[in-house]
Amino acid sequence: MEALLASLIGVLTFTGVYLLLRQRTFPVILGLTFLSYAVNLFLFAAGRLVVNAAPIIGRSQTYADPLPQALVLTAIVISFGMTAVMMILAVGGHLASGHDRVNTGDEPTEDAG
Amino acid sequence: MMGHWIIAPVVLPAIVAGLMIILLRGSLRLQRLASVASIVALNGIAIALLWAATIHGPEAYHLGNWPAPFGIVLVLDRLSALMVALLSALALAVVLYTIGSRWDQKGAHFHPLLQFLLMGIAGAFLTGDAFNLFVFFEVLLIASYGLMVHAGGAARTRVAVQYVGFNLIGSALFLIALALVYGVTGTLNMADLAVKLPDLPEGDVALIRVAAVMLILVFAIKGALVPLQFWLPGTYANAPGVVAAMFAVMTKIGAYATLRVGTLVFPPDLPATGDLLSTLLFPASLVTLAVGAIGVLGATTLPRLAAFGGIASMGTAFLALSAFTPQTTVAALYYILHATLATALLFLVSDLVTRRRAHARLDQATAPIAGSGLIASLYLVAAIAMAGMPPLSGFIGKLLILDAFRDQAPLVWTVILVSSFLMILGFARAGSTLFWKPADSEAPPADHPPEAFCMTATFGLIAGLALLTIFAGPVTDWLATLADALDQPTGYIEANRLGQEP
Repeated sequence: MEALLASLIGVLTFTGVYLLLRQRTFPVILGLTFLSYAVNLFLFAAGRLVVNAAPIIGRSQTYADPLPQALVLTAIVISFGMTAVMMILAVGGHLASGHDRVNTGDEPTEDAG
Repeated sequence: MMGHWIIAPVVLPAIVAGLMIILLRGSLRLQRLASVASIVALNGIAIALLWAATIHGPEAYHLGNWPAPFGIVLVLDRLSALMVALLSALALAVVLYTIGSRWDQKGAHFHPLLQFLLMGIAGAFLTGDAFNLFVFFEVLLIASYGLMVHAGGAARTRVAVQYVGFNLIGSALFLIALALVYGVTGTLNMADLAVKLPDLPEGDVALIRVAAVMLILVFAIKGALVPLQFWLPGTYANAPGVVAAMFAVMTKIGAYATLRVGTLVFPPDLPATGDLLSTLLFPASLVTLAVGAIGVLGATTLPRLAAFGGIASMGTAFLALSAFTPQTTVAALYYILHATLATALLFLVSDLVTRRRAHARLDQATAPIAGSGLIASLYLVAAIAMAGMPPLSGFIGKLLILDAFRDQAPLVWTVILVSSFLMILGFARAGSTLFWKPADSEAPPADHPPEAFCMTATFGLIAGLALLTIFAGPVTDWLATLADALDQPTGYIEANRLGQEP
C-alpha cells in the first residue's frame, strides 16, 4: 500500500509540475490543482497508513492519527478557495487583455493618473 | 499579564471587516471611519502588548484552553509584539494615505480587505504553531490578492495571476514541509518542536533537513530572496501605490518567520541541521542585495524602482539574519524596522508623483508636476532612507550590519557598500529625470494641490524614521534583550506550558 500511495503522489506531483511549466493560464491552474492533490495525500500519509483503525483510542485494535486528517481538511478547503480565486483572476485577465498567456511584458499600469 | 488581549490583534480586524461588509457596504464614509477607528485601536493594543512583553516576558494564549502541544497557542514575546506594533503603525499611515488619495473610491471593498490583511499578518506574527502559521499566511494572501487587483486593469489582473500562482506553489511547499515535520516529530507546536528535535533519531535527520530547506524556501518566496524574487517587481509595481506600501510589511513576514524558525525550531546548535540555514541564506541574500541595487539602477518606471529598492532592503535584512547570532539579530531587526517604514514611504512618494504625471516611465520626460518642490523634497528623504545614507536610520542600520560582519569584511562590506553606491546613483538618476527634466511643452502644470491626509501619512512615516534615528541607542538596547531571548528561547518554551493544564 505504501508503494502504491508513494508512486501515486509522485505521478500527481510530476503531472502538476509539468502542467505548471505551460504558457497558458488554464494548464497552470490544472497543474496547481494536481499539485495540491499530491500535497493533500502526502499530508494525510504523514500520520502513517493504517487500515481498519478508527481515529479514536479504544474503538479498534490500533488507532489512526486524527491530526493529519484535520490538517488535510483545512488544506483542502484552502487550496479549493485559492484555486477559485485564481480561476476568476485568470478569466478576468483573459477578458481584459484578449489572451491567456501567463508571461507578461513590461507594461506599466494605465491608471496612474 | 495580557490574557485575552493577546488575540485582540487578530479578532478586532476580523470583526470590523465583517461588520463593514454586512452593515456599512453602502457608505464609504462610514467604512473609512470604522477602518481608521479599528487601526487606531490596533495601535493602542499593540503598544499595550509591547509594554507587557517588555515587563513580563513571553506569555502564551491557549485557544479554547486546550493544553499546549494539542491545542493552538498564540505566543506574545518581544519579537511578536514588536512586529505587531510595526504592522499597526504602518497600517495607520497607509489608511490615512488611502483616504487622502481616494484610492478606496476606485474599487469596492478596499477597507474590509485591508482589515482582513491586518488580521492575517497579526496572526502570522503571534502564532506559536507551525500549521497555524500556514493558515494565517493563507488569510493574509487571500486578502492581498483582493487588494492587488483593487481598481482593476488588464496589466494588474495578469500580474495578479502570476502572483497568485507563485504563492500557491509556495503554499504547496509549505504543506509538504509541515507534513515532513509532523511525520518525523508528531508535533507542530514550535516550542514543542524546539524540545523534541534535539533528540531526533539518526534515521530521521535527512527528512528533517529536507523539511528545513523547504520551510526556508517558502519564507524566501515571501521575503523575495533570489532566486525566488521574480514575483515581486511586477506585483509591487502594478499594485495600487497604497497597496504596495502596505505590502512593504509582507516581505518582512518572510524575514520574521525565518528568524523565528531559525532560532527556535532549527537553531544553529541543533545537530540535525547545524548551520544549514546560514549556508543557504548567506549567498542568496548577497545576490539579492546585488540584484536589487542593479534593478534600482536600471528600473524603467518609478514603482519598479521602489520595488527593486524593496528587494535590496530584503537582501540586506536576510544577510544580517543569516548568521543567527545575537549581535547580527539586533542589526537585522533594527534594519527591518527601518526598511519597512522606508519602503512604504518610497511607495507612497512614488504614488504622489505618478498620480500627478501623465505616465510613470522614467525615460520620457513629462510636463513639470504641480507642487514639485515639496514632492521632490519628500522623494529626496525617501531616497536617502532607502539608500542608507546619513542622517536617517538606514545609515545606522547598515552600520550595525557592517559592524556585525567585521570577520567577513572583504566580501560583505564590498557587496553592501557597492550596492549602496549603485542605489544612490539609481535614485539620483530617477529623481533628476522626474523633477529637473521637464518636457518642452510650455503648458503650466495641472493644478493638483497636495491632500492633507496624504501629507500626514508621508510625514508620519518620516517622523517614524526620525524617531528610529534619534532613539537608536534605546532601541538597540531593547533589541539586544530580544536577541538574547531568541538565542536562549527557554522563556518562550516555558510560556507554552507544554503538557500542563493551561
